[in-house]
Amino acid sequence: MVSIERFVRVKSLAEAYELNQERMNTVLGGFMWLKMGNRKIENAIDLSGLSLDTIEETGEEFSIGCMCSLRTLELHEGLHHAFQGVIREAVHHIVGVQFRNGATVGGSVYGRFGFSDVLTCLLALDCYVELYKGGIVPLHEFATMKSDNDILVRIHIKKDGRKASYQSQRITRTDFPIIAAAAAKKDNTLFISIGARPGKASLLIKDDCLLDENSADDEIAALAEWARDQYKYGSDIRAGQEYRRHLAFVYVKRALQEILRGVTA
Amino acid sequence: MIINIWLNGRQLTREIEADLLLIDFLRNNGCYSVKRGCETSNCGLCSVLLEDKPVLSCSTLAARADGKHVYTLEGLQPQAEEFGSFMADQGAEQCGFCSPGLVISVLAMEKELNNPSDEEIKEYLSGSLCRCSGYMSQLRAIKLYLDRKGAQEYERN
Repeated sequence: MVSIERFVRVKSLAEAYELNQERMNTVLGGFMWLKMGNRKIENAIDLSGLSLDTIEETGEEFSIGCMCSLRTLELHEGLHHAFQGVIREAVHHIVGVQFRNGATVGGSVYGRFGFSDVLTCLLALDCYVELYKGGIVPLHEFATMKSDNDILVRIHIKKDGRKASYQSQRITRTDFPIIAAAAAKKDNTLFISIGARPGKASLLIKDDCLLDENSADDEIAALAEWARDQYKYGSDIRAGQEYRRHLAFVYVKRALQEILRGVTA
Repeated sequence: MIINIWLNGRQLTREIEADLLLIDFLRNNGCYSVKRGCETSNCGLCSVLLEDKPVLSCSTLAARADGKHVYTLEGLQPQAEEFGSFMADQGAEQCGFCSPGLVISVLAMEKELNNPSDEEIKEYLSGSLCRCSGYMSQLRAIKLYLDRKGAQEYERN
């Protein structure tokens, strides 16, 4: 069980950042995953007094505060319509409503967890993280960065008109995914991410993709095979390496079919 | 640290440890309907309403409820009794272990969703695990309960 000496509801990001420089201090997200650990925390830094729990929509982007719950993300009509329901699809399997009311998008993304549906999904979109000191960083770069003591303040998703699809498989409905795949297409560029391999998701970009709604199944399957082969897979208690590799092909193919033809075969 | 919580409509001021979980705070203050189940944020047994939203009290720090309204079944007696009796009359309960969390979730769903479909009900309640796997009888009774409430509402209007 995690132990906490002091709970500090900070009044500013500067205060949070300063506190977070000490090794024994940590920023609280939703506390869902953190509470499962065995850490001794001196100062638990709570950002919930900083009004970072909302989603702001402009003509160009969505700006999502780090303390926004996964449930808020799931229910946001603007996000739902802008990205064909892909974000709702990515989060609605996560445990239950009670869990998603507590879990935060900042915690999910900052943790860069291997099992993360959220990270896998957002990578396929034109997504950026806003760090207090580090500024605005593309999510795909952030996903490969080592953890440091910066504060993730907001997530920005650009409305660039890309079509996206999210697919995942679980052993039981509310469990972690055993594979998660997202694909998106803008003009002739494809964005694919595969997570829960069980390693964390990373982004694959393919330019000059000439596939369209008239492309043959074989062509789509060939691209899905290529994408599958760009990643390494592993085994854990939920699924074996070979099974995951096979599922990656299946779900990338389905995601491509969905964004090209608007239907899942 | 000192926190102020509106618990079932009553304001409480208590000194707590920083790492006290909301479930322990609630039980320490007489709300024994809130039960510890899986402790891995999965089963929903410890569900309570925090600012009208269902949350897992086993995964929420009591400090985070400071200044907020928390409701447990103790504060929702008439509604809980109405739904609980209906479930019992319908033979939709088995061992009853999951009932406190399920009742909270159903009451929250009733407020949040208007005329939910079977799929919406199943999804909303997917975080409330039943050890007896009595999901079909629960679903049948919940649908009937919501239909009946809807009809009553219609008649009133």
